[in-house]
Amino acid sequence: MSTGPAVEAVDLVKDFGATRAVNGVSLTVPAGSIYGLLGPNGAGKTTTLRMLLGIIDPSSGTRRVLGRERPLESAQEIGYLPEERGLYPAMHARDAIAFMGALRGLPLREARRRGEVLLKEHGLSDWAKKPIRTLSKGMAQTVQLLGTIIHKPKLIVLDEPFSGLDAINQAKLEELIRREARAGATIIFSTHVIAHAERLCERVAIIAKGKVAFDGRVDEARARLRPIVRLTTRERDGPWRSAIPSGGHTEGNHFVFELPESGPEPLLKALIDGGAGIEALAIERPGLHDAFVAIAGESAAAAMAEEKPQ
Amino acid sequence: MRKLLRGAFVIGRRDFSATVLSKTFLFFLLGPLFPLIFGGVFAGIGTNVANSRQKPVVAVVASPADFGRLEAARDRLATAIDDEHVIRLARFAPEPDPNAQRVHLLASKDPPIQAVLMGYPDQAQLIGAIRPDGTTAGQLRLMMADATGESRADYELAVDHADASTANTSRDLALTGQAAQTALFFFTLLLSTMLLSQLVEEKSNKIIEVVAAAVPIESLFVGKLFAMLAASILGLVVWISAGAALLASFKGLASLPTPEIGWPAFLTLVIVYFGMNYLLLGALFLTIGAQASTVREVQTLSMPVTFGQVLVFGFAATAVGSPNSNIALGAAIFPFSSPLTMVARAAEQPGWGQHVIALAWQALWVAIILKLGASLFRKTVLKSGPRTRWWKRKSVA
Repeated sequence: MSTGPAVEAVDLVKDFGATRAVNGVSLTVPAGSIYGLLGPNGAGKTTTLRMLLGIIDPSSGTRRVLGRERPLESAQEIGYLPEERGLYPAMHARDAIAFMGALRGLPLREARRRGEVLLKEHGLSDWAKKPIRTLSKGMAQTVQLLGTIIHKPKLIVLDEPFSGLDAINQAKLEELIRREARAGATIIFSTHVIAHAERLCERVAIIAKGKVAFDGRVDEARARLRPIVRLTTRERDGPWRSAIPSGGHTEGNHFVFELPESGPEPLLKALIDGGAGIEALAIERPGLHDAFVAIAGESAAAAMAEEKPQ
Repeated sequence: MRKLLRGAFVIGRRDFSATVLSKTFLFFLLGPLFPLIFGGVFAGIGTNVANSRQKPVVAVVASPADFGRLEAARDRLATAIDDEHVIRLARFAPEPDPNAQRVHLLASKDPPIQAVLMGYPDQAQLIGAIRPDGTTAGQLRLMMADATGESRADYELAVDHADASTANTSRDLALTGQAAQTALFFFTLLLSTMLLSQLVEEKSNKIIEVVAAAVPIESLFVGKLFAMLAASILGLVVWISAGAALLASFKGLASLPTPEIGWPAFLTLVIVYFGMNYLLLGALFLTIGAQASTVREVQTLSMPVTFGQVLVFGFAATAVGSPNSNIALGAAIFPFSSPLTMVARAAEQPGWGQHVIALAWQALWVAIILKLGASLFRKTVLKSGPRTRWWKRKSVA
């Protein structure tokens, strides 16, 4: 068993004809972590995941998954939920889960047994022997997710797992991801909804235009930005204005600016001594979204914003 | 290899269950019975017509008196059992050169001579393409014993096997080969084109990603191929069982000359070559069909694929009747016509060695086509791997 990172990719490149979909992606996913791939649609997230899983080979670059250079050799230890969900419509829910388990090396009988247990745990036992085509979209998606984890994989790769789920099922899925992580699995998921990554991930990679713009801890991404100060004063002008750094702006009565490197105390002292008349002062820690904008650029952020929020 | 086979088994089991347990499989089973019934009826009628016109006989070189006694014994035997099942006799006057007469008679086509009886009654000798313990020799012993008043056990009848007689010439053997070849072609045509659409289901249901992430693509191809082969063999068993009664009642099989390799071995080879023909064409069709994204595309592909099969059948058919010709050798070597050619060869030529070699050759091609098909699928459908430029490859080489 490998004791190193669960996944390592070095300079992965993927060309589809004349189009370069992934342009030198390198990333490291520590074992046991929840890792998010962030980026707008078309950024190269799915292609990167497909290369990591061995579904497609890269045009160049290397990857190592669970200690093996050929990802398919680790297939029995990996679970994968693709972006485009797919199940055999005529198959019963229990058999669909068992089929996915059998593909990953579970004996069919054991896979069926585990499938029944999982369906019961998720309130779907009444649907175990019903064809997939009779299930709702959300149910079918749950069935596929259960098929992804039935063999207790060490690495779970989820491509846009929240897509198409309502708020309740999104919360259930978040809980399931946390539970699998607590059980020791490494989880990689791609998303274009930053809030999910912010709530779940310890580490993220921000991908834009086929390149990794950032790979590291979420707090590291946030730390790239200075905290934001929102200040409301009685006076509009005075010597205290020199304490407000340049580059800020006003929003109504608020001054909005980055906290100076010297910290909040010298700022407060200057405002009080200058007679600004502080009515309100808030220091906001930047969110992952702000970090994303700063790292990936306004255009990538705009592309994310244009996508339908889940 | 173990992972590949395990994955193939999982996929094959799913496909086999999905095919056989579906309601449409019943229609699949019933479908070919209709042409089989009509074919059986017409073949039976044809056989009866052929029987009455050109029934092989045993040439008896004897005096009229001796032949008369033998013919009378035959008639008595014919009253005891069905006349249709009793060998026919034809008298020929002795000629000065018995050897020349025997050769001449065995080459006769009108009537076709199954064997020649000479030296009757004192030193009876039967020469022809027959077995000493076969029906012809057995019936003749009974007749001769009856005609001479001896018990059958006491009657001496020497039987010499001759390689050719007009009742069992290479042309007749070719008929057996041709019948087997046509049956093989017909069943493969019916069954293997189903493989064209096999991957459309996975592609349209987006299951392909789940499968491709879990097992090698070769597993998908092998699993699907063998699942459909198993479903087809299940269908064949049903059809053969249902058709056996027809064949028996119309003596369809009995009317064909015995293949050189013998009936049990020949029928075994027919089944094995059906499997191999199915695997070869099925692997090719799976590869072609894997490139199609929709059912419409598959339907469009069906016609050229069917014509291709007819062409291959035509090529293999040219080899029947002349198994040692260059064209026959070419048809046996060309992978897609090889099973059809070899099954006909089994009717025309004895020996197992050539079949062992042919089956190994065909199995090799099944593996090659599956490997190429999986690679092509990865390249063109999954868009996997680096871009390969042949001129770069060449310069590296």
